[in-house]
Amino acid sequence: MTDTSMEITRPGLDAGALSNTGSVGDFFALMKPRVMSLVLFTAFVGLIVAPGSMHPVLGLATLICIGVGAGASGALNMWYDADIDAIMQRTAARPVPRGLISADQALTFGTVLAVGSVLTMGLLVNWPAALLLAFTIGFYLFVYTMWLKRRTPQNIVIGGAAGAFPPMIGWVAATGTISLEPIVLFLIIFMWTPPHFWALALNRSGDYSRAGIPMLPVTAGGDVTRRQILIYSLIMAPIGMLPAVIGLGGMAYMVLSGLLGAVFVVLAWRVFSRREGREAEQAARQLFGFSILYLLLLFAVLLTEHVSGVKAIAWISV
Amino acid sequence: MQLTDEEKKRRRTRSIAIACTLAGMVVLFYLVTIVRLGSNVANRTF
Repeated sequence: MTDTSMEITRPGLDAGALSNTGSVGDFFALMKPRVMSLVLFTAFVGLIVAPGSMHPVLGLATLICIGVGAGASGALNMWYDADIDAIMQRTAARPVPRGLISADQALTFGTVLAVGSVLTMGLLVNWPAALLLAFTIGFYLFVYTMWLKRRTPQNIVIGGAAGAFPPMIGWVAATGTISLEPIVLFLIIFMWTPPHFWALALNRSGDYSRAGIPMLPVTAGGDVTRRQILIYSLIMAPIGMLPAVIGLGGMAYMVLSGLLGAVFVVLAWRVFSRREGREAEQAARQLFGFSILYLLLLFAVLLTEHVSGVKAIAWISV
Repeated sequence: MQLTDEEKKRRRTRSIAIACTLAGMVVLFYLVTIVRLGSNVANRTF
């Protein structure tokens, strides 16, 4: 923990204070359920599109482990970041800054979940998937949260890898190995993360600045951030089509990923070209909202093609 | 430390949630054991 965070004393950071007030809902909130839902969805797609078949019970066990592992990452992140969460408007209502759960409780809760999810994954599914899950949790906590987040504007570029691993974990759980396909799924989320987060950060730069987090809009300004958003979007859009190129996605995926990628780039261009006032804020908000839809739809189409068998028909007809 | 009624209620709910989680894990380990054992029994050599 940094010196700054050690000096701050608030109920939530004071071990032992109000240690019995957290409800089940507060502990659930500690697991970042919205992030967890996206993690679970992408992991589920990785599991389903992987070759071979997996018993539904093993599939369920895999998803539980990945979900709990993601929750552990969230809890450990909230433990470490309690000092800056309290300063930022977006995160001030989290259980630790509000004093509903002590920092020590968050640390214990996160550690138990992390160790439990990795061991369970290893014992019930396979050890390669367990190792990858452990690496993902460790990467999010040590590399992103502790090392990069407060030190460099590249924090979410590198740290974003943690959010890109879940479909790969799902794939490894099903097959026991890593191949080109899960790497492509990883790349999509990895390249998607910077424009997604920077679109959010553009309208929250005051928040990040107050908390001393060197997000790109804070350190380099809005113009540089807008240019970076556009560059990353231009790289991300073709990467989003790669599953169709390597045969993981079918015709429907190819068409939809092309269309969605084009819309993404258009919205990124709007962010780039509208630099001041309400129009600029609205453009960033639109890109942020669409970016979530973009990722959900890409993975939903992959899932639908594999579950329905449409993909195979499409490629045969080509 | 004297707990208020609300705090006692929350502690009780947390205890129930922990119990449910542990029971869920027992069921999960049991089901996976059956699944793995089942396929191995089917594939055993005589």
